[in-house]
Amino acid sequence: MDNNVVLTMRGICMTFPGVKALDHVDFTLRKGEIHALMGENGAGKSTLIKCLTGINAFEAGEIRVDGIDGPVVNHSTLDAQKKGISTVYQEVNLCPNLSVAENLFIGREPKTKIGTIDWKTMVKRSQKIVQDLDMDIDVTQNLEEYSLALQQMIAIARAVDMDCKVLILDEPTSSLDDNEVEKLFKLMNQLKAKGVGIIFVTHFLEQVYAVCDRITVLRDGQLVGEYPIEDLPRVKLVAAMMGKDFDDLASIKSDESPVFSDEDILIDAEGMSHKGTIKPFNLQVHKGEVVGLTGLLGSGRSELARVIYGADKNQTGTLKVKGKEVKINAPIDAMKLGMGLLPDDRKAEGIIGDLSVRENIILALQAKRGMFRLLPMSKQIELADKYIDMLQIKTASRETLIKQLSGGNQQKVILGRWLATDPDFLILDEPTRGIDIGTKTEIQKLVLKLAKEGKGIIFISSEIEEMLRTCTKMAVLRDGMKVGEITESLSQETVMKAIAGGDK
Amino acid sequence: MSKFKKITGKQLFLPIFCMFLVMAANIIYDVASGNFALNFFTISVRNGVLYGRLIDILNRGSEIAILAIGMTLVVSASAGTDISVGSVMSLAASFCCMLLAGYGVSSTTDLAVPLAVGVIGGILMGCLCGAFNGTLVAYLNVQPMVATLILFSAARAIGLLLCNNLIVYVRNDSFKFFGGYLGFIPTPIIIAAVCVVVMALLLKKTALGLYVQSVGINKKASRIAGLNSSRIIFVCYLVCGLMAGIAGIVASSRISSADSNNIGLNYEMDAILAVALGGNSLGGGKFSLAGSIIGAYTIQAITTTLYALGVSTDVAPVFKAIIVIIIVTIQAPPFKAYMKRRAARKALAKGGAAV
Amino acid sequence: MKKKKINSNTLLLIITIVLFVVMYAAGCIVYAGKGFTHLQTFLNVLINNAGLLCVACGMTCIMLTGGIDISVGALIAMDCMFLAVGMERWGMSAPLLCLLVLLIGLVFGLVQGFCVGYLEIQPFIVTMAGMFFARGMTAVISTDQVSISTNQFFVNLANFKLELPFGSYVNSKGVEQIPFIRITVIIALIVLIAIFLMLRYTKFGRSLYAVGGNEISATMMGLDVKKTKLKAYMLSSFICSIGGICYCLNTMSGSVQQALGLEMDAISSAVIGGTLLTGGVGNVIGSFFGVLINGTISTLVKTNGKLLSSWSNIAVAALLCFFIVLQSIFAKIKESKK
Repeated sequence: MDNNVVLTMRGICMTFPGVKALDHVDFTLRKGEIHALMGENGAGKSTLIKCLTGINAFEAGEIRVDGIDGPVVNHSTLDAQKKGISTVYQEVNLCPNLSVAENLFIGREPKTKIGTIDWKTMVKRSQKIVQDLDMDIDVTQNLEEYSLALQQMIAIARAVDMDCKVLILDEPTSSLDDNEVEKLFKLMNQLKAKGVGIIFVTHFLEQVYAVCDRITVLRDGQLVGEYPIEDLPRVKLVAAMMGKDFDDLASIKSDESPVFSDEDILIDAEGMSHKGTIKPFNLQVHKGEVVGLTGLLGSGRSELARVIYGADKNQTGTLKVKGKEVKINAPIDAMKLGMGLLPDDRKAEGIIGDLSVRENIILALQAKRGMFRLLPMSKQIELADKYIDMLQIKTASRETLIKQLSGGNQQKVILGRWLATDPDFLILDEPTRGIDIGTKTEIQKLVLKLAKEGKGIIFISSEIEEMLRTCTKMAVLRDGMKVGEITESLSQETVMKAIAGGDK
Repeated sequence: MSKFKKITGKQLFLPIFCMFLVMAANIIYDVASGNFALNFFTISVRNGVLYGRLIDILNRGSEIAILAIGMTLVVSASAGTDISVGSVMSLAASFCCMLLAGYGVSSTTDLAVPLAVGVIGGILMGCLCGAFNGTLVAYLNVQPMVATLILFSAARAIGLLLCNNLIVYVRNDSFKFFGGYLGFIPTPIIIAAVCVVVMALLLKKTALGLYVQSVGINKKASRIAGLNSSRIIFVCYLVCGLMAGIAGIVASSRISSADSNNIGLNYEMDAILAVALGGNSLGGGKFSLAGSIIGAYTIQAITTTLYALGVSTDVAPVFKAIIVIIIVTIQAPPFKAYMKRRAARKALAKGGAAV
Repeated sequence: MKKKKINSNTLLLIITIVLFVVMYAAGCIVYAGKGFTHLQTFLNVLINNAGLLCVACGMTCIMLTGGIDISVGALIAMDCMFLAVGMERWGMSAPLLCLLVLLIGLVFGLVQGFCVGYLEIQPFIVTMAGMFFARGMTAVISTDQVSISTNQFFVNLANFKLELPFGSYVNSKGVEQIPFIRITVIIALIVLIAIFLMLRYTKFGRSLYAVGGNEISATMMGLDVKKTKLKAYMLSSFICSIGGICYCLNTMSGSVQQALGLEMDAISSAVIGGTLLTGGVGNVIGSFFGVLINGTISTLVKTNGKLLSSWSNIAVAALLCFFIVLQSIFAKIKESKK
């Protein structure tokens, strides 16, 4: 093995029922490099990583790790850890009911002479770890007391502290804000200097170009190639991932901005709020208008939408739909008024995992009709086929369980669920998070198409560029409050300024 | 091979397979003891009513089948079990008999109130208990087992209080009807059949099944999709209570009394077992009512067979336990995976030898 | 050093303790004439519930992993019957029988733990089967009610009194009554302390919390979840067998119907003590007070004399209900804060 190489994977193969998830994939990681693993959803990134960390068993191929003679087969994450391979996943994999210190040290607790846990040392060492990362937290508190972002940082701190040779970061940034991402990058560079090899999986292209040295691209379970970062500009990367020429995203929106009259007001929120999540706000959405909600994570952008939809109860103010004042106690009331909400947390609030694609698509419509008016099966099948076709959902059949689909396709199913109810007003909360660029473009196009049909849309996304492409108006939120609206001269700069708070 | 797999992979395979095993055991027993080989299946008419081991199983299994209906819904919607059904049965029986006999009366042949009042009262008591459980689980987010633990320990005690710590006997022919015969068919069989048919129709003709499963799989997502998750869970517990009430009346009518300490004893276990045996995951979500019902009668068949084999009431649980463990082990994913690996290894070894 | 916030779990424990104190004090005031104020009354609560206390400790460990063990009552019945028949009919020595009982507990737990941990069968089903099995085996050993009276060692052990140097009083007949505890109380308290220390200071103890907190995370962090569960069930059944010996020392008999529903008492004690059935939260100290509350209620009902014994069931259930609602309210507050 080359001296500089810490990890090689050769000819890895793995099949899921009916799908070749990995087909002779090679991967090489060198010491002190940050290596991006890129690919669309279902390309095999996660599967490859799971083969490496022992969660999935691969069928053919060979993994070699620096310092270990012969091929390595990990049977569990513990196995992998022992061989110097640590992983941080997109979902925080820690125990919320234990203290921060314990979460950092569980499985390798410092012991006293008689073999009991040495709490003092553990707390002291934890404090040092946390301080090194500029986090101001009390390590003796339970993890659940802290925000998701902080929890993610603690998960990374844990992985880092374990003297690993290979650190795998599997979409660790989806729940972090820019500031925290910055901190994470600093940390990654520190580790790189120490000679740790880092595998970085992310959907954010900017981040790849900010920290990575090398990129490996997978597509449909096959290796497309390994490139030094200089040799692969953005457009080429996207092309490599999608296997076709990049459909220029910027061109999907027409330049003329539409004019709305007061008669077209669809949603008129006045002074609505939910204690602890969003302070009173006013918001108007017209027919055919795409309103973007922007702000940092936790600024209240999702919460604002949830209050309108009734997912969180509105506690003050009023809501008028098409000029009539309405009261919404639960999502079903909002649905009957023609609303729909695509929630940001797809797994927890979107999909019904064990139900089929068909059942997932008709669910909202069925709920709207009520329990005693069951949709006839023929109608159900018709609807399901219609949206599978229209949204190009990749599924084995309409009776496939939705949990077996890839993230992007799951998202499309949920979108189909709402389109089936024929809503006048649709709230899309991070509809493109964690899905590949191809699908992103499709969804953006769909949003514009829906707007053209006269539907009102609230669009929430962490990616400002994406919002600029789709929205006609943007509402800016900061610290649980709506602080302003931008209607003219929408640009990256103006929006950024508004988010950050211009007066400082 | 693939056909075999297709059959064994079906959810209903297991309960039906068990049923066949029990039948086979019966046939072997009958042959061994010199009886007519198909004794088990023989149905005759004696004293103007149906008679036979099969009828006995259908009859005795009625309560479990009725309970299993409610339990199936509860398990599916809330990923938990209602362990109070046995106690609620007993409470419903006590309340019914107390109404029929009058408070403090320990034995009566005349009814204090019309029969319907007592019976409906008992069933309503079941509903009330179901509503109590449902409120705790659906609206206060209490874990189902803990929530139903309250009535598990309290319902019997309340029943005893209602009956003034006595066993109340209602020796009245009209009350005996529910545990007796309608024409030549045992009434419990008919009651159970009606309950099953009504529930099956509800599931077939309304979206109840979809709602319950959807809530059971993902409560939050169901709410966003417009379902009133809490109310659906509540309704499931209400139905479970209703079923417990009906089962309680049947059980009480069989013995013409309200024996608070013994009616419905360990029935919650049998009902849960029926659901599990029917191939339903106790983790909630997808369910099959047919599976649960077959499971219920299978359990009764096992019990009846054990008694026929001369196993005493006290010792019978040992066999039940062993059967349960074997069944759930066969169903357990790790076990299945292990068998698959073994089969693959064997096939590999064979292939290697051939080359 | 910042002052540590009192989180809702600690608050629940405090409420449990306060409730116990208030309840006991109320009993002292109302039933002062019936000797409720004497230290011995309290000690009797401990003596009568020594077995339950052991079982509740084991149950707490299981509940921490998010599991449940409903086989404990039946296992105790089997232990008692085995001890009784072993001594009275087979004439075996008491210490040997006790060791065998503990061994049976370990094996019993091993099988249950294997099914839960490695075969991934739901704990409720596994332990329900365990319950059926143990109850049935009790009947296989004997269906009679067997009293222990001839084994001198065991009888002496049961009659052993540890007199306390304080709290004595002179009763109405002029005889000095010295408060005492029995060996069972000592055993139970040792179990309690041992489990408490284990949960706090050993890797296994913390693993129980981690597994209950989030099983997937625990696996990802390199804990052996399967083994932890296996060990937890072994521990529970082992402690339960210790509890069985205590129980037998109290009742000095074995019968099929013994300890019926004890598992529910243990679970309700743990829940009242603040252990969540979802796992990850709880402590044996809470369970200890849960057992005390359970015991105090039945003592109160007994002391009253006029009330039907059903009232004590109803009171415990009502209390359980109260605590459950309280927990649920706390959880809601926590949620709304986020």
